Amino acid sequence: MEIFGIPLQAMLSQLLLGLVNGSFYAMLSLGLAVIFGLLNVINFAHGALYMMGAFLAWMGLSYFGLNYWVMLVAAPLLVGVFGIVIEKTMLRWLYKLDHLYGLLLTFGITLMLEGLFRSFYGVSGQPYSVPEALAGATDLGFMVLPNYRAWVVVASLSVCLLTWFVIEKTKLGAYLRAGTENPKLVEAFGVNVPMMVTLTYGFGVALAAFAGVLAAPVIQVSPLMGSNLIITVFAVVVIGGMGSILGSIITGMALGIIEGLTRVFYPELSATVVFIIMAIVLMIRPAGLFGKEK
Amino acid sequence: MNKKIGYAIVFLALLGAPFVMYPVFLMKVLCFVLFACAFNLLIGFTGLLSFGHAAFFGSAGYIAGYALKTLGLPVEAGLLLGTLGGALIGLAMGSLAIRRQGIYFTMITLALAQMLYFVWLQAGFTGGEDGLQGVPRGKLLGIVNLENDLSMYYVVLAIVVAAFALIARIIHSPFGQVLKAVKENEPRAISLGYDVDRYKLMAFVLSAALAGLAGATKTAVLGFETLTDAHWTMSGLVVLMTLVGGLGTIAGPIVGAIIIIALENKLGELGNLIANVTSIAWFRSLGESVTIVTGLIFIVCVLAFRRGIVGELAARFGRSRPH
Repeated sequence: MEIFGIPLQAMLSQLLLGLVNGSFYAMLSLGLAVIFGLLNVINFAHGALYMMGAFLAWMGLSYFGLNYWVMLVAAPLLVGVFGIVIEKTMLRWLYKLDHLYGLLLTFGITLMLEGLFRSFYGVSGQPYSVPEALAGATDLGFMVLPNYRAWVVVASLSVCLLTWFVIEKTKLGAYLRAGTENPKLVEAFGVNVPMMVTLTYGFGVALAAFAGVLAAPVIQVSPLMGSNLIITVFAVVVIGGMGSILGSIITGMALGIIEGLTRVFYPELSATVVFIIMAIVLMIRPAGLFGKEK
Repeated sequence: MNKKIGYAIVFLALLGAPFVMYPVFLMKVLCFVLFACAFNLLIGFTGLLSFGHAAFFGSAGYIAGYALKTLGLPVEAGLLLGTLGGALIGLAMGSLAIRRQGIYFTMITLALAQMLYFVWLQAGFTGGEDGLQGVPRGKLLGIVNLENDLSMYYVVLAIVVAAFALIARIIHSPFGQVLKAVKENEPRAISLGYDVDRYKLMAFVLSAALAGLAGATKTAVLGFETLTDAHWTMSGLVVLMTLVGGLGTIAGPIVGAIIIIALENKLGELGNLIANVTSIAWFRSLGESVTIVTGLIFIVCVLAFRRGIVGELAARFGRSRPH
């Protein structure tokens, strides 16, 4: 069966790959949005911490024999703690300054992390195999579905929706949203806002590390895997706007799918299509699809 | 008055410098000085942080390289086309980016520059990963042979000094004062009746054109152009140069560019020295891990040294107030 001269199987598998990429965009832009909401910092290091998550998974397996499932929990925790240290020792001093210093600081952290991993592991990728339980593929009749990719999409969507639920529907989330609106007032009500800020940053980067572990078996684990991704995610954030949690998730997924389809129909454009969409959105709706200009 | 004497001394030193140091290295430094000054026009005097200046620097380099090598145009035309190319790309990028404020502006410039990076990666004439090699310098006005490093040096020096004078003129002009007003208090500038977006866009295009001139000159000097110049790390590097020297100071980017380029070139030797003193073998690989050191400088500058070298000196001695 063919659609527009493209075999259905090829198209569906690119579509799935697009969904996988879209899951990473969604998780990373969600983390960026949550961090930006409370800290007013654009976390450039998000890509590097995603890379760190993937590397921790690889290191856990090769040095300590810890399997994928252990590292899927441990790596985000470790990176989260690392993020808390960054927030407590560095970011904290910049909140009163212009936004751009937060970006520059996290940019410096990105360079250091990438440089460190590069000096130990070089630029070539480290292979990481799919965990046994998810190896193989399921024949759905109209296409062959690689189990692992399906798992990535399901796992990231669940985490994203859980985050949305916590922020929009629980008491903790209410504090968080209130802190975004007016931190002084929330503090006056007896909420420990600095602690909340620290934990939010830790959670945001843990999300990036979780995406990194999920990505490890799909793409090769390399020190540079995060830096190109983070720029695309910035474009995703500009397109969607950082005002809405669900908006981030939907935009991330949608752009992943569009990118996947472009890879089928016009491969030359697949690297740039997200940026072209960003330019178009800026022309038509400068505030972003889900954003409101402050 | 002191300032003028200072500039005169620097200028004289620059005239004599190629007899003491390797001219090609000096020319490379001069190109980055111009690049950083052009960048500072935007961040330091208009308050816009662009993270996409590599797009102008690299694109102009490719345009100039293509004009000189494939089209066989004279060097003046090559540099001019590069500058124009930078300005046009700046116009396109700027008119999109100024639609959003603050941090979004920065992200948009970064994303658009990344898009151009992919364009140059895929375009045939740029040579992709290998880069554009064997660009001839040609002759100035058809007379002066620029393959001679010394003649080329003085041409580059003239370009950079003229561009620097232009930047200083822009900053002190009424136009520059409006830019400063936009930087300090945008709503007030609007309420005074200034079309803020137009001023921002003009500053952006000027900065892009001058960054383009720097990139085009660099290609002519070195005779090649690679993707490194169009990559986001280059955008980061020019931010770092300006930050180290001092955001919004006239002389800051000059100092910053010299320090960063010298550091990049000498880091290997420095690493060996530290390795000998501390006997930690890892430092020997410092030369290959420039990014770690640049990252560290970034962090230290942002946390403890936000005024930069020139800004710090100005604050301490209070002679020339930072703008």
